[in-house]
Amino acid sequence: MAETHLSPRNIPDRLEGRSARLLKSWESLLLVVACLIFLGNSLASPYFLDPWNLSDATFNFTEKAMIAFAMALVIISGEIDLSVASIIALASTAMGYAVQLGFDTPALVVVGLSVGLLCGVVNGLLITGLGLPSIVVTIGTMSLFRGLSFIILGDQAFTGYPDSFAWFGQGYIWWVFSFEFTLFVVLAVIYGVVLHKTNFGRAVYAIGNNQTAALFSGIRVGRVKFTLFLLTGLMAGLASICLTSRLGSTRPSIALGWELEVVTMVVLGGVSILGGSGTIPGVVLAALIMGMVTFGFGLLNVPGIVMSIFIGLLLISVIALPILWRRARRRLAH
Amino acid sequence: MAKLLKNRELLLVGAILVLIALIAWRFPPFVAPANLARVYNDTSILIILALGQMAVILTRCIDLSMAANLALSGMVAAMLNAAFPGLPIPIIILSAMALGAVLGMINGALVWKLDIPPIVVTLGTLTIYRGLIFLLTNGKWINAHQMSDAFKSFPRADLAGIPVLSWLSVVMIAAMFLVMSRTALGRAFFAVGGNPHAAVYTGIDVGRTRFFAYCLSGTLAGLSGYLWVSRYAVAYVDIAAGFELDIIAACVIGGISIAGGIGSVPGAVLGAMFLGVIKNALPVINISPFAQMAISGMVIITAVAVNARAERRKGRVILKKAEAV
Repeated sequence: MAETHLSPRNIPDRLEGRSARLLKSWESLLLVVACLIFLGNSLASPYFLDPWNLSDATFNFTEKAMIAFAMALVIISGEIDLSVASIIALASTAMGYAVQLGFDTPALVVVGLSVGLLCGVVNGLLITGLGLPSIVVTIGTMSLFRGLSFIILGDQAFTGYPDSFAWFGQGYIWWVFSFEFTLFVVLAVIYGVVLHKTNFGRAVYAIGNNQTAALFSGIRVGRVKFTLFLLTGLMAGLASICLTSRLGSTRPSIALGWELEVVTMVVLGGVSILGGSGTIPGVVLAALIMGMVTFGFGLLNVPGIVMSIFIGLLLISVIALPILWRRARRRLAH
Repeated sequence: MAKLLKNRELLLVGAILVLIALIAWRFPPFVAPANLARVYNDTSILIILALGQMAVILTRCIDLSMAANLALSGMVAAMLNAAFPGLPIPIIILSAMALGAVLGMINGALVWKLDIPPIVVTLGTLTIYRGLIFLLTNGKWINAHQMSDAFKSFPRADLAGIPVLSWLSVVMIAAMFLVMSRTALGRAFFAVGGNPHAAVYTGIDVGRTRFFAYCLSGTLAGLSGYLWVSRYAVAYVDIAAGFELDIIAACVIGGISIAGGIGSVPGAVLGAMFLGVIKNALPVINISPFAQMAISGMVIITAVAVNARAERRKGRVILKKAEAV
């Protein structure tokens, strides 16, 4: 290999215009895919293009997407949090327990959010305080948090949530726009601004690209990472409130396997699993795609487990295809 | 003496003995030799799986699809037996292992040829393999009465007072011990995980070594698939769901570093046995089986913390030696 190897990083910024880059970006590819799936769905089922059905479809992804935003930041910083689904279970169990003690809706929300936050603190302390690898720590806390809800609940279930609590998962702000969907949009904007327009966001990218360099350039790496794990915990608590309110009951197996779907959503959104790159608009599009695929398959009576095969294939192929494409182009160039 | 204290395997043996002593204090019959043999037999499958996971983790990869692979291979073994009851058991075992190996190869090829991060590959294949079981069976179960007697009795058969299942795990431990310490491939696993760049300069193909690690874990998962299905005499979509975490937990407890390059066969075996003792002891000392998940979570976290400290200390010692020279 005598020729100079030009990887994107060696090329100075902005060789192409802004619009050309935007056109070739991962996000525009996702947008095309999303449009195709939307079109395919509306042709395949006559029930798809109905505002209320579409509104129902959003419940497939809003809760997962809330966590995916925070997870995107964690993965961009080069870490991972596999305990999110278990945090949902523990927060939901705590809320169920609080109902038995006679707590009312505002107190339940506080309980859910603080349990989420507390779980985030545990993860953050273990990972940044003791310097342990996040993948093993969160596999451990994944088992610990869900294990705690199993200890509390066994094979029982908590029900009997107050009527006013149902609003978070079943209520509508205006016309077909549910509370959950509105929350999803608001959070997307907040996370987009934080990641792309603030110092904190730049610090997250810097840590993901080169943690040592970030430390030497004065970024408090430990503190930023700790904050990120707090945020994922908080988002899992929020998702737990919405999910519990939507289902109206708590079992220890609630949200089982969601961590995989959340990670899939983030990776599908173009966030590199190795850290350092990715955008919030990408994650939003990935959430829409996954939601529409699930809903479309549901309308066609495809069983859930077959959808999970599709999600698994999607995860591997969205990462494999760009690699194969790059290779094919390099081969053509010679 | 200080060196003995720092030996992780010995520490783990000590921890297991303390654990058993504590259980014996609450419930003496637990330490009867027959019962301990039963506990070992119950842990055999986890031991076999932990050996495969160890090889993968040593090369800086991870295999989250092992339990799904086990379930798929086990289901196919059960279907073979249900369709052709006359098929000899060795052929069924070999076909389960072959299928497991192929599934492992798919993981390995994706990691090797396409450079996809191992965690993403095996997260994907985890859901795909489980889904395939559903496609194969339409969600139906294969129950005990559909399996031949030979199929069900093989792991239970008595050989010199100990079930075949236990013997199989002993053979696998010995074989893996030989592979890890006496073959080029075994040493390559350590080299690739310890320092991939140095491994390349010594002529080791990193991707190929990882591929073989996945083949190994896949084959062992296939074998465990048959053992699991025949032992519990039932096969359905969700068997061993979530077991991949137990396998990784066994490795982490056994001192296998998730960063690769550090670990040993005795470590993996002892880690699995530690979990096995806890799992079997909870019901007899009147702790709800529901507590098991939380306890293994605590054990994983503690083990990672302890391992990380041990590794850091080792690093310091080397630095001091270098300064002294």
